Amino acid sequence: METKKLSRVDYIFKPETNCIDTLKKVMTMEKEEFILELIDSGLKGRGGAGFLTGLKWKLAAEAAGDVKYVICNADEGEPGTFKDREILDRVPYKVLCGMALCGYIVGAREGFIYLRAEYRFLVPKLRKAIADLNVEFLKIGLTFSIDIRFGSGAYVCGEETALIESMEGKRGEPRNKPPYPVTEGYLGKPTVVNNVETFVNCVIIAGIGHQEYKKFGTDNSRGFKLFSVSGDCSKEGVYELELGMSLQDFVDEFGDGDTKAVQVGGASGFCVPRKKFPDTIIGFEGIPTGGSMKIFNSSRSMYNVLHNYLEFFEEESCGQCSPCRVGCQQLLKGIVAVKRREKSSPYLDELMKLAETMKVASKCGLGQSVGNAFVSIIENFREEIVY
Amino acid sequence: MSNSEILVKELADKYGRNRESLMPILQDVIEVRRYVTDEVLVSVAKELDLSAAEVFGTASFYSFIDTKEVGKYVIRLCKTIVCDMKGKDAIIGALESTLRIKVGQTTPDKKFTLFTTNCLGWCHKGPAMLINDEVYTELTPGKAIEIIENYMHK
Repeated sequence: METKKLSRVDYIFKPETNCIDTLKKVMTMEKEEFILELIDSGLKGRGGAGFLTGLKWKLAAEAAGDVKYVICNADEGEPGTFKDREILDRVPYKVLCGMALCGYIVGAREGFIYLRAEYRFLVPKLRKAIADLNVEFLKIGLTFSIDIRFGSGAYVCGEETALIESMEGKRGEPRNKPPYPVTEGYLGKPTVVNNVETFVNCVIIAGIGHQEYKKFGTDNSRGFKLFSVSGDCSKEGVYELELGMSLQDFVDEFGDGDTKAVQVGGASGFCVPRKKFPDTIIGFEGIPTGGSMKIFNSSRSMYNVLHNYLEFFEEESCGQCSPCRVGCQQLLKGIVAVKRREKSSPYLDELMKLAETMKVASKCGLGQSVGNAFVSIIENFREEIVY
Repeated sequence: MSNSEILVKELADKYGRNRESLMPILQDVIEVRRYVTDEVLVSVAKELDLSAAEVFGTASFYSFIDTKEVGKYVIRLCKTIVCDMKGKDAIIGALESTLRIKVGQTTPDKKFTLFTTNCLGWCHKGPAMLINDEVYTELTPGKAIEIIENYMHK
């Protein structure tokens, strides 16, 4: 399997001087040509699910209808992720130009940033950038305007159809898929929903071309990615790294020398114990991540970690489907009962089965991914849960 | 018309009376009043021609749309794992003893409400909290108390 050495790159936070020029350049190209460029770059969505961005844009471009929408998913709620906040704070123009680029390609005239309520402090800066660019877009003959919509403290609204429901003034309960938003999204119209970082990557690819972009990363994980690094860590923060490194390299760089486990991909991701660091690739061939990397050293109780995650999911489950609503409650009650000796340790195997059931039976990504953290923590740290 | 009805009507004029205006209207009420009363929910339902149950169903889904009375300053301390590891319990202790309330309660003068919340996106600078829309990071018990004392004098 192809791997890469850990290396820092600097594309995303590079000063945003020529976004508008990049837009102008794309506007001289055939739309299909740019979509191919994006598909060839291999860019996969940076929010965590990893759908091929070029294909998403292609489907939206091909969808019938005069009215289409572009939505920037800035509902960054995955525990341990804070890179979108950093992007919106430091290079908002790149995000907005990425949205405009998408609008031009798929034929949408309106875009929305769905910003989580926790990030309202960014609003003055964003409003200014939007006002500036709405004028700039007109100047280069691009009919596209952007507005902000807000979340109100619901993690599940990061799921694209829940986000759309929320924008439509409803409870943030995920929809059945298909239809996918690219054909029936906001107000029933074709809609592209992309993560903040994805839009920035699109602008970068438009600027440097897919050949240059493809030099970074591996076959399955092209490009570079922002990582939100926190926990028991020598240098916490947001880092831009090439995809495809081993977790061992990552821990050598960021750990505090006593790393016991890393939670890759947030509460909905996987817990990797020390012995598996060398064989774990960070990327779509190993463990994909929206960027959340939480490092735990040997002083941490993995029971507390798991308990914290399950409390999180129990609160954030929208409650619409039973596997997730009831499953989260039972997993939490279950590990508490084992810890208190009210249940014997083989009960954990029952809970593992429940977690596996939730993976297949839950309606959306939230319920489907609760089992990731649960199973990987129990498998690797069973003794810490029991004793 | 009552004050609530006037407020809601103004907001409906601003955002429109479509269903998709519901969240912006509720969010603006929160900006002004910090929570939504039954009276506000009923007025919104009337303005947008929805059932009150639909409006309540939407409002109650979102943790930042409080449907019970809260104080002028709503404190939301992050309780997710990294802030937890970095000592959020000590911050809760400091806030509770300074404000003389428990998590979930409002001070008798209606000035502060203390909540815990899920990941605020400041893990690298935890523990973190919001007071209304303001973010405070890298808290220590001393720093948290100082911040609250500043708000007490506001």
